[in-house]
Parts: sequence; structure tokens; C-alpha cells
Amino acid sequence: MNYFQLFNLPVSLNLDKAQLSRAYQTLQQLTHPDKFASGSDQEKRIALQKNAQVNDAYSTLKHPLSRAQHILALRGIVIDGEQHTMQDTAFLMQQMELREALEDAKQNEDALIKFSDELTLEIKQKIAHLEALFNQPESPVQNESIAHEIRKLTFIYKFQSQVEHHLGLLEE
Amino acid sequence: MAYSEKVIDHYENPRNVGGFDKDDKNIATGMVGAPACGDVMKLQLKVGENGVIEDAKFKTYGCGSAIASSSLVTEWVKGKTLDEATTIKNTDIAEELALPPVKIHCSILAEDAIKAAVADYKTKNA
Repeated sequence: MNYFQLFNLPVSLNLDKAQLSRAYQTLQQLTHPDKFASGSDQEKRIALQKNAQVNDAYSTLKHPLSRAQHILALRGIVIDGEQHTMQDTAFLMQQMELREALEDAKQNEDALIKFSDELTLEIKQKIAHLEALFNQPESPVQNESIAHEIRKLTFIYKFQSQVEHHLGLLEE
Repeated sequence: MAYSEKVIDHYENPRNVGGFDKDDKNIATGMVGAPACGDVMKLQLKVGENGVIEDAKFKTYGCGSAIASSSLVTEWVKGKTLDEATTIKNTDIAEELALPPVKIHCSILAEDAIKAAVADYKTKNA
């Protein structure tokens, strides 16, 4: 199922959020089970399925990480939920050091804000890089390097959520 | 989701947390990560003259199951040779800790950490 097609949007990592949101709301209303309350059981069932699909599509396309995974899945490479481990030692070592640094900085709001700002910038750069990779001619090698970039992004987003978590705790 | 008692025990009292000097040639270091959840695990083995693992330490940033899996593995590998250590299977870890299916990748991470550490040792001492 091509979620971009469902919303009548071009397959692209760089997606117009307002356009996605409008397309979602339109389809949400069209397929809402309440509209089929007086319909046949079959109509209700189909509407319910469609409605669930629309919700899945929206939550997938909304976030850049799952959006990138979806584009790669459309190319036949499913990495969402994969059980493989990653063994890029240099990258993982860096991720480990960041997490250690966060442990030391979690009571320090200025340090946390600095982390947060750096992450926002890093993620922006990574997404731009991924976008460029997606725009290059498709090949198995190319797709594998895209997959690797997306996997790395998972760790970066995870770290970002931890930083935001600690910032949230300080603000309470 | 409820954690098993063994997971909680390892999570609350993790065994062998810490690290060794990764540049020491008797230290085997395995760095692995789970892209499914963003967990990061470092397992280090201190290898004696006879190829027997004398000590093991770990550092894991992840969920309770990932911490428990790596903590358990540091206990299991001690006294084993490197080759014996690589026979530890993720299914053994998952069974010991009663991990639910959604947490199997944590045990795979711990198994792969042993393998990565052994590979690191072999590269260093080739």
C-alpha cells in the first residue's frame, strides 16, 4: 500500500505538512464509521478498514523517520521493526558517549538546551542528506546506504527523546 | 507490559556494569545497537593468557530487557573460552529471562555483542 498515493501526494521525504494534514482530514471524514451507521454490515466493515488505513497512513507519513522507512519499503526494503543488530562501531561509540554525557548533564538545563539545539540541527542535516540520497538514481547499493542512514537516525531520534524527557523533568 | 522477576532483578541490581580499556589487547570490545528501538550496548571481555574470559563488563542504554540481557551475559561468559562464549544463543537468554516476543531483539543484541567482542579480540590479536 502506497500511503503517498492514498493521500494523492508525491512520493517524497520532503513533504508539505499542511497538505498532508488537509488530505488526511478529508479522507478521515469520508471514511468515518459514523457516516455508515445506517449502511449494510459490509459497508460498515469496509469503511472501518479504510478508516484504519487512513490513520495508519497519516501516522506513518507524519514523522520523517517512518516516512523515510515507508519510501524505502516502497522500494522493496523493509527495515521497520527489523531484528538485526547494527555494528557500526564508530557510530555506536559516539552514540554511547553522547548518552554518557547526557547522564552527567541531565540536571543542567543549559547543557540540555545545547544538546537539544545541536540535535535539531543534526537531524535537519541528516534528513536533507537522506532526501538527496532518495533523489539519486535507485540501485541496491544506494538503497543499502539509505537503509544505513535511516537506522542511524533511529538512534539519534531516540537520544533526542531522552534529552527532551530530561528537559521536561526540569521544567516540572 | 510486565517484566519477569529475573529481568527486574537484573535491572535493579545489574551485574558488572562498567568498562575496561578498549585499547588493551587483552580486552575484547563488542559494540552493537538495535535500530528497532535505538538501544546501544557495549560488552567488554577480559581475556586471560589461556583464552579464558576472566572478567566481563557491560554498559547498556536501553530498556529493562536490554539491560537484563547484557547483565546476564556478563555472568554467563565468565570462565568460558571465547569459542564457548560464542555458543550462547539469544534463545537461551530469552528463555532464562522469560522475555516476551516483542523483546526478543534485546536478547539478539546481547548474543551479537558477544560475537562482536570475540571478533574484535581476534582482529586485535591476529
